[in-house]
Amino acid sequence: MPKTTIKFDYDKYLRKDTLPHIWCPGCGDGIILKSLLRAIDKLQYKKDDVVITSGIGCASRLPGYVDFNTIHTTHGRALTFAIGIKMYKPRLKVITVSGDGDALAIGGNHFIHAARRNIDMTLIVFNNYTYGMTGGQSSPTQPYGSHATTTPYGSVEPPFDTCELAKAAGATWVARSTSYHAVQLEKLIADALTHKGFSVLEVITNCHISYGRRNKMKSPVEMIKYQKEKAVPNRSAVNMTPEELTGRFKTGLIYEKKDSLEFVEETYKQLELIKQ
Amino acid sequence: MKKVMEGSMAISDSIRMAEPKVISAYPITPQTHIVEHLSQMVADGDLKAEYIMVESEHSAASVVLGASACGVRTYTATAAQGLLYMEEVIYNIAGMRLPVVMTVANRAVSAPISIWNDMQDSMALRDSGAIQLVAENNQEAYDMHIQAYKIAENPDVMLPVIVCVDGFVLTHTFEVVDTIDHIEKVREYLPPLNMQYKLDVNNPYSFGTVAEPSIYHEARYNLSNAINNSKSIIVNAANEYKEMFGKYEGALIDPYKMDDADTVIVAMGSVLGTIKDVVDELRESGKKIGVLKVRSFRPFPSDEIVNALKNIKNAIVIEKAVSLGKGGILSCEIRDALYQRKVNSVNVNGYILGLGGRDITPQNIYDLIMKAEKEENIDGEFFGLNNELLNKVF
Ligand SMILES: Cc1ncc(C[n+]2csc(CCOP(=O)(O)OP(=O)(O)O)c2C)c(N)n1
Ligand code: SF4
Ligand SMILES: [Mg+2]
Repeated sequence: MPKTTIKFDYDKYLRKDTLPHIWCPGCGDGIILKSLLRAIDKLQYKKDDVVITSGIGCASRLPGYVDFNTIHTTHGRALTFAIGIKMYKPRLKVITVSGDGDALAIGGNHFIHAARRNIDMTLIVFNNYTYGMTGGQSSPTQPYGSHATTTPYGSVEPPFDTCELAKAAGATWVARSTSYHAVQLEKLIADALTHKGFSVLEVITNCHISYGRRNKMKSPVEMIKYQKEKAVPNRSAVNMTPEELTGRFKTGLIYEKKDSLEFVEETYKQLELIKQ
Repeated sequence: MKKVMEGSMAISDSIRMAEPKVISAYPITPQTHIVEHLSQMVADGDLKAEYIMVESEHSAASVVLGASACGVRTYTATAAQGLLYMEEVIYNIAGMRLPVVMTVANRAVSAPISIWNDMQDSMALRDSGAIQLVAENNQEAYDMHIQAYKIAENPDVMLPVIVCVDGFVLTHTFEVVDTIDHIEKVREYLPPLNMQYKLDVNNPYSFGTVAEPSIYHEARYNLSNAINNSKSIIVNAANEYKEMFGKYEGALIDPYKMDDADTVIVAMGSVLGTIKDVVDELRESGKKIGVLKVRSFRPFPSDEIVNALKNIKNAIVIEKAVSLGKGGILSCEIRDALYQRKVNSVNVNGYILGLGGRDITPQNIYDLIMKAEKEENIDGEFFGLNNELLNKVF
């Protein structure tokens, strides 16, 4: 039987002494980590040129495991630390990984302002629809009607659409993928990293422990199936009615605007002018 | 009724009994179980309150501030980073003289990140104007929250009350808790909140407006007076509770086996249980040793502590927090109280133990007592360090 194995040396990017990781068996976050490593490898970034910041949450544990310049900060503030780093050393590739709670609840303010400034860095939002780390409370992306420990009879709040929010706030590259679509994910991460301006990639990731088991998807398999079935490639979505799209989400590149004013460049340009 | 209950369940059950009208919280370990239980109670109709989900602790504290200003009973809970993030609002709640009750599930603060217990978080709020009571066990946590409303809502107080419970050690452990059977009795102890100043369209007031230098000083003085004068109200709340419910765990302080003692260990919170076990054993072997529990950290019961300690030889202060750049916090305040009252015969030694959830074992306490009695002028020494690790961590 022909066997295809994708050989990739993850070890060279991992901090083996911080392993094993804390993620539950079957968690989607590891798939995103590996896709990120493959994307960085493909782009041949030097390890020392990559900075990853995170806030607090399961997703935010990622920087601890990878051998780049990493900083694990406070809940919700990952983007602001990243902005500080990028402004001081613009040549660095700055990536922020953040959970849906980290990026859109407690850190929502920074999310919209980073997007508004169109600062040249990448935000990857690990959207598992819940606060995974604290055991499954309601998050701003929790689907209407779904269950969390703080919404025992279902959420009555409309969720954020991360991508629409990013776009409306000014991000110039916006896409969505899932932890099921690992190949697409790797490509999108690479595209996000090479985009000049603020790029936001939302990854729908499975958390069967804190979210799935309260929502009739108690195994990782059921959650992965959900991702597979509910994902609609953006190009197909164009021909679908709102009714057909209900309960589903678009994947792939959602929005891209090239040659927009970028914050770091503008700031340094102004500094040059002032000096003259 | 006696039930085996998780600390968080005991706390949420006592909150149910106190019948707040608005609850708002943002989850953070180890507070989560408390607010999850409460949201279930609200959803099931067992507690007629609004449970407002928010996007951060800053918002949670702001929601209860707003609701409280409207004259209703409120509740929130948090820990560690969440408490630090609430700080700005808590200063406002105190300054606006609003009787919010909240739980802090005591947890270490970042960095490095730790989800485990110590008392550094609530210590950071010690100058905020919020009353701080510290529970020793789950029973006391249950009783203290009901008392907290009684204290907060007293017209002469009108201040937020923070009930400190050790994260995990209390919040996540199961103990027998004797709960109150009839909510009517709680209603009798805790009559409906009746605020003189509140947001009311028929009788408008403004909260938190700008105070010019000509008046700010006096506003802060009144606030300072209110918290200082709350001591007698805390005592009354404990005594009345004892009369009605038969439970008493101390008011401002609680001495244990202190008659004739020449060495006394002073501490707050759940570590007192371990300390008392060690003291019991030492008593059996004839040692004259006792324990002083500090139950109210703010207001600080200086007179009561001095009275309790003035005739002893050694006070050994054990605390799970540190004032970086100074030393022990509780020990420093005790020394200050003694000095101010011109008692200089007590040898006060302060030690920092159990930061970031490191277990404090009976053996640790025993070793510390043996060491401390021979020492002088110890101002917040870190006890139990693993020296090998010192140059391995930043
Ligand atoms: C200021 C503050 N508030 C609350 C917390 C507790 N907390 C830790 S992780 C988390 C939510 C994480 O959810 P999300 O960002 O979606 O990440 P996930 O764990 O789902 O990957 C919360 C509320 C905290 N660490 N700091
Ligand atoms: S709780 Fe959920 S998000 Fe967190 S590690 Fe487990 S499966 Fe992953
Ligand atoms: Mg999440």
